[in-house]
Amino acid sequence: MDKIELHEEPMLCAGHAACPGCVDALSVRHVLAMLGPDTMAVIPPSCMAIIAGPQPYSSLKIPVYQPTLEASAAAASGLRRALDAQGKRETTVIVLAGDGGTYDIGFQCLSSAAERNENFIYFCLDNEGYMNTGAQKSSSTPHYAWTGSTPAGKTSRKKNMTEIMAAHGVPYVATASVGHLADLKRKVMRAKAMRGTRFITLLIPCLDGWGLADDAGLTAARLAVETGAFPLYEIEDGRRYTLNADKTRPIGEYLALQRRYRHMSAEQVGALQVEIDDGWARLQRHAALDPALPA
Amino acid sequence: MSAEPGLPVLLTGNHAVAWGARLARPKVAPVYPITPQTPVLELLTEFQARGEFDAEIITVESEHSVMSACIPASLAGVRVFTATASQGLLLMHELLHYAAGARAPIVMANINRTVASPWAFWPDQTDSLAQRDTGWIQYYVETAQEALDTVLQAYRVAEQVLLPVMVNLDAFYVSHALEPVLLPSQAVVDAYLPPFEPRHRLDTARVESWGNVVSQDMFYRHRQATEDSMARVPGLAADADREWSERTQRSWGVVERYRCEDAATVIVTLGSMCGTARDAVDEMRAAGQAVGLVKLRLFRPLPVAALRAALTGVEDVVVLDRNHSPGCGGVLHQELRAALYGMPLAPRIHGLLAGVGGVNVPVDKICGFVRGVVGKPTVPESMWVR
Repeated sequence: MDKIELHEEPMLCAGHAACPGCVDALSVRHVLAMLGPDTMAVIPPSCMAIIAGPQPYSSLKIPVYQPTLEASAAAASGLRRALDAQGKRETTVIVLAGDGGTYDIGFQCLSSAAERNENFIYFCLDNEGYMNTGAQKSSSTPHYAWTGSTPAGKTSRKKNMTEIMAAHGVPYVATASVGHLADLKRKVMRAKAMRGTRFITLLIPCLDGWGLADDAGLTAARLAVETGAFPLYEIEDGRRYTLNADKTRPIGEYLALQRRYRHMSAEQVGALQVEIDDGWARLQRHAALDPALPA
Repeated sequence: MSAEPGLPVLLTGNHAVAWGARLARPKVAPVYPITPQTPVLELLTEFQARGEFDAEIITVESEHSVMSACIPASLAGVRVFTATASQGLLLMHELLHYAAGARAPIVMANINRTVASPWAFWPDQTDSLAQRDTGWIQYYVETAQEALDTVLQAYRVAEQVLLPVMVNLDAFYVSHALEPVLLPSQAVVDAYLPPFEPRHRLDTARVESWGNVVSQDMFYRHRQATEDSMARVPGLAADADREWSERTQRSWGVVERYRCEDAATVIVTLGSMCGTARDAVDEMRAAGQAVGLVKLRLFRPLPVAALRAALTGVEDVVVLDRNHSPGCGGVLHQELRAALYGMPLAPRIHGLLAGVGGVNVPVDKICGFVRGVVGKPTVPESMWVR
């Protein structure tokens, strides 16, 4: 295994309130280190809001505005415009929202902000369910996954938020994972250099909600990419696709790590493999048909 | 549009509100259209298109997002304005609490319109009165001129106590009626309203945050601090009105007493109904009846001391409610009962549900309502009258 040397100014401080081994905190640490101190975060109710710390403490070295759960993109719009009015156009406004606050209750105002091409980076910290309330189903929960509100396994597929956001024609949409750190950092820097609505989904394996071993967060993050359960890709201007990592493993290896899939039959695993293969093939067609322009 | 200095222009209440907003120089204005508020929004966007209104206008997808955008914009340290009505105000409800909790001095005009269901588009104040517990300061205005002046006074008060203000005007009667309005000069307004420079704000150079989870004790103290600020509002609103009158010779009061000298009977109401009630008072005075009017301009916080002073020695108070709280009756009626309870020689309070749903309440009806209840024993319930 390669050792990665980090030379980052920590923007997320030690002593925060995340669970031990939390991939959310690890991911945000790297994202914020890339963005630097001239950044403001909008953080709706979510695991990240807890990690940001109870008053009067804050684990983040940047100003945070915590809006209501369904309002992140609208709040980020208001904040952005106020900063613009004050001439603070170089300050980066970001959202750090969970999948519930993005795919579900926060979707209406996010779609509207994207339509207006509001100038912020929206990070969806996607742990595929309402993990902060103890693991209930969101529209990001994958097919067959157990949650507290889908005890027999989810009967419908995960909403494809990446494609939905791309369909708004915004400058940049990407998926990323802290399990592929160099790719994640490159995407954050790429987004930071652009203007307009930028949307990055980070897959956040949740130790408790997914039923992972305490040290299995990063393994799950890597396997999600390598099995194609969470493909890494970028979409520019809503149409030019780049695939960033190959699919090299069967889905069973990813499922086996997680208690939320333990009830699945062999037929269901086979059906899920077909879904993932179909999705992968579709992405490959997009990337071949409409590749990214040469840098 | 330009006006000769000192000469009035014809404006609707909505356009007077938009002029008030323009003169206050807000920097962010999230907006969403709804009947009958839409002309406010359209005039602001027109001002901006003509280069006369230097604000970031955000055309969001709902009133919920309007208020969601207003709050952090205000916390970033800029003046914020918006306007809504009826269902839009109700959709904002969660954020109304949030704005007051965040101590964001947003000013919003609300055009009072019936609340569905069933659907209707008539003047009725249930929409805003149902928001009385959200922590917003609430004004109710009677005319287009008062609407313009009150938007400016609202900023003056809001930014001193760091609480949001709602300026309410009745649908159509005020929002769409054309009236002569004197436009104050920008210089007069700038001298009255200094730039908004809050001590705390969202700023990467300061690294202050808002919204983090607090303890029970911190929540309790936060609420106490909000109440302390609310308690300052009647005095500050009176100051703001007096200072405005020193610059413009126009004063509206916090509680206005109209022909209340030696009045045995006083009508109390809100908004456009005050105009009709004035005529009713004149008619009854001409007929030798000692009737006056108390116009309640500031509803939240309820100026209890001023109300008690205005109604001391009065025998009958007739409350006209253009709103309806099912199971409670008229909101103003119940507020008045609470405000005057325990007062020595408290007047008899008669609550009349007049004008609910926008039904017309003409002068002769008001005279009849008053004659019908004066001297009669009171009942705790509000009475339906037409």
